Amino acid sequence: MTVAEFTPIVLGAALIAGFLGSLTGLGGGVVVTPVLTLFLGVDLRYAMGASLVSVIATSSGAAAAYVRDGFSNIRIGMFLEIATTLGAIAGAYLATRISAGILSIIFGLILLQAAWQTSREHKASSRLVPPDPLGQKLKLNSSVATESGIEPYQVHRVKLGFGLMFGAGTISGLLGIGSGSLKVIAMDQAMQIPFKVSTATSNFMIGVTAAASASIYLSRGFVQPGIAMPVMLGVLAGSLIGARYLRRLSVPLLRRVFAVVVGAMAIEMIINGVRPYL
Amino acid sequence: MSSRHVTDRSIELMVSHLLRAGVTAAGLVVLGGGVYYVVRHAGEPVNFHTFTGAPSVDRILPQIVAGALRLRARSIIQVGVLLLIATPVARVALSLAGFALERDWHYVVITAIVLAILLYSLITGAVQG
Repeated sequence: MTVAEFTPIVLGAALIAGFLGSLTGLGGGVVVTPVLTLFLGVDLRYAMGASLVSVIATSSGAAAAYVRDGFSNIRIGMFLEIATTLGAIAGAYLATRISAGILSIIFGLILLQAAWQTSREHKASSRLVPPDPLGQKLKLNSSVATESGIEPYQVHRVKLGFGLMFGAGTISGLLGIGSGSLKVIAMDQAMQIPFKVSTATSNFMIGVTAAASASIYLSRGFVQPGIAMPVMLGVLAGSLIGARYLRRLSVPLLRRVFAVVVGAMAIEMIINGVRPYL
Repeated sequence: MSSRHVTDRSIELMVSHLLRAGVTAAGLVVLGGGVYYVVRHAGEPVNFHTFTGAPSVDRILPQIVAGALRLRARSIIQVGVLLLIATPVARVALSLAGFALERDWHYVVITAIVLAILLYSLITGAVQG
């Protein structure tokens, strides 16, 4: 394949991945990597490098809107970014040391989890644990605009959330993804932050987390300009279109269908990873 | 209390503008370098099936900048990638200034830690290679 053939194909695939990823809330970066490796035969590490770059672009673009609308909690984001950036550096170094087969298996497992989480309707977590005094001390408690007016919220289990965020950062750096779904679990389920604030703050944090591992990816040669260019432009354009449609469409059926497709790609990734060991 | 909220809000708006400007600038540079790359290398074969790693001219910051100044297409794309990586770092630096203006010293320290981690990663990674 030549540059003139490869570039538009990758651009188109990245555009569709970005569109569906943003429409379903899964994220364009996590979808584009299996598409590049399974359908176009791109080496996993090049795909991860290109995907991580596109993750910074889409999350920064989306965060600009969320922050403007006041949904992101900048203090929660800032505090938890200590954990995610440290995790991201650890993950990126790990990625440069383990084999592509193992990476492929871990990628498949994480993708499977993300597909499963996306296919379900979100259930509000039970508010049983008392608020964490650490949340008060760190001024993490705030309020959010809802249909019934401004509602205050308090943050729970700060240490557990911080620990989970280190894990989310590690996965992000290890696989070149935003790991937004893991960040949302840490905030929504563990710290019991309202879902809307959790997703907006997660998006706000993804760019900083990815930037911590992106410079390591770049210096290790994971970021090939010939792949990163069409992937970044395609995913960015696709996500922008997806975000526009998101306001008009209700997409539960699409989410279920897409979750099945992503789940199938996840299993293929795992099989690809296991094959060399058989 | 209300003055703190006013400042928080203005930091949020500045952060929002900065993020948008960074992504737009990076996107345009990558697009420009990308069009030039496709025009120049249209007929060349691609081989991304096996990992060999990008060459040092596409990996190390000073070499990327030097290549872009010579108008090497792939170096221009990498400058766009670097702009993109710099966007969240600049966002953290801006938040640091904002918290300092608010005299919120807890968050000045927290934000400084995040900035230090990011700069550590940049220096040990892209600058030294």
